[in-house]
Amino acid sequence: MRLIIGPITAAVGAAARSLEFMGGVGYLMRDALGSARRALFSKRGRRLGWSNLWEQMERVGVKSIPIVSLVLFCIGSILALQMAPTLRDFGLVVAIPDIVSIAVFRELGPLVSAIVLTGFAGASIAAEMGTMVVSEEIEALEAHAISPIRLLVVPRMLATTVMMVCIAVVGDLMGVLGGMLVSRWFLDLDCLLYIRRTFDILKLQDFVTGLVKAGVFGALISTLACYLGLGVSGGAQGVGVATTRTVVLTIVALIAVDLLFTAVFFFLGL
Amino acid sequence: MSEPVIRVMEVTKIYDGRAVLDKVCLDVRQGETLAILGGSGSGKSTLLRLMIGNIPYDGGDIIGLGKSLGGMSDGEMADYRRSIGVLFQSGALFNSMSVADNVALPMREHTDLPEETIEIVVTMKLEQVGLREHARKMPSQLSGGMKKRAGLARAIALDPKILFYDEPSAGLDPVTSAEIDQLIIDLNRKLGVTSVVVTHEMDSAFRIADRMVLLDRGKFIVSGTPKEMKESSDPLVRQFVYGLTEGPLTDRRRTGGYEDELLGVNL
Repeated sequence: MRLIIGPITAAVGAAARSLEFMGGVGYLMRDALGSARRALFSKRGRRLGWSNLWEQMERVGVKSIPIVSLVLFCIGSILALQMAPTLRDFGLVVAIPDIVSIAVFRELGPLVSAIVLTGFAGASIAAEMGTMVVSEEIEALEAHAISPIRLLVVPRMLATTVMMVCIAVVGDLMGVLGGMLVSRWFLDLDCLLYIRRTFDILKLQDFVTGLVKAGVFGALISTLACYLGLGVSGGAQGVGVATTRTVVLTIVALIAVDLLFTAVFFFLGL
Repeated sequence: MSEPVIRVMEVTKIYDGRAVLDKVCLDVRQGETLAILGGSGSGKSTLLRLMIGNIPYDGGDIIGLGKSLGGMSDGEMADYRRSIGVLFQSGALFNSMSVADNVALPMREHTDLPEETIEIVVTMKLEQVGLREHARKMPSQLSGGMKKRAGLARAIALDPKILFYDEPSAGLDPVTSAEIDQLIIDLNRKLGVTSVVVTHEMDSAFRIADRMVLLDRGKFIVSGTPKEMKESSDPLVRQFVYGLTEGPLTDRRRTGGYEDELLGVNL
């Protein structure tokens, strides 16, 4: 009997904890959205909100562009090289731009950019928030009647969402560039032909669905990072645990949400 | 006797099934400096956090500036917090901002003052705590004592009615500690601010306090003036006040079932 009840109890406990976690993240997102208008557009909000937002956009977005560009360039190159032997057997080397552009614009551009941003910005936001909890800064904000959500979470969430879309565009272009240069150097595929085929195959919806996903990924990264960072307890060790959990849980959540989006787009015929 | 600005009425706070504060009663009177004394884990910092509204209580009530903290709406709590200032144990400065920006933050958030006026007020507040020339420094460039003084400048930025200090002298050298104490006395006398100081530094407490209360295991043991505390015949008070190695506090630690624990070990 115990052999049956034990695993069931554990499963129910894990499910309850997961639901509690998702509920907490949902509440944080709701509170942040609720206070976004006041954070940016009220008279006093304008004084702090916009300067915080620019600062975060630079930190999250601008500084991660080189690393995202490098990674997506490599991904585009790898894709082209991996597919080349098989496509050559069928005499379809010319189809490489089609596959690379669809894969990068619809899927790999937003997803890989989001994973890179999780390591780059998500971990940093969680560590920063956690350290602020440990050093009583969050408590001090509350004691001064300043909402940590409005002052800290909203700028980070907006910055990550907006910059994730921008980074995805840069990542898409770098992915295509990587595929193009590899095709030119190793597969003798003309660059102009590559670009023409890319434009021919890509539809607006490929671009837009990728960017919608990128925006949602951005919001997800910052919300999880802020939630786990603000929930830190137990000093420096707690900060380390929160940072690791942020990276692991965000990557799992990104892929799960990506699957959801892909399924929805598939059934909607997009 | 002046009116209480804070009334703590039979307040209980429970953590993990254990009462950290057990039906505690306390009045903080207008204009006084009250020292809340107690050893580590006695519940004094928890009491401070309850009085500033950062954590909820599980029983009883706290009336702050005429209103129950437990029954306050978010807006009322924000108003209450704007009327108080808090100096945290570590100073709790925002590390990403300069000292001047730290002090300016409450004003930028809660007032419509133009930046030029805020800069003037920041200079005045920093001058009050002796940090005017360090305004542009980042918190990481400050010593422990300077951090506390900067935290104090931020706490008084909105001219609060009540100032709460959490261990203001902890970790400081005797001279810096005395400087902080003098600042607390000056603020109390010059600005008429009511001060609540949580501490276990007896020298500091005797320098600054008009009245003292001693907290032990979540309950108040005694309340009185510094003179009354020094003259108390209660063995626990005497041990705490004079830092004696023999007394009820150390006896309690020695009777912690050490022998039973040793005998219970399976070798």
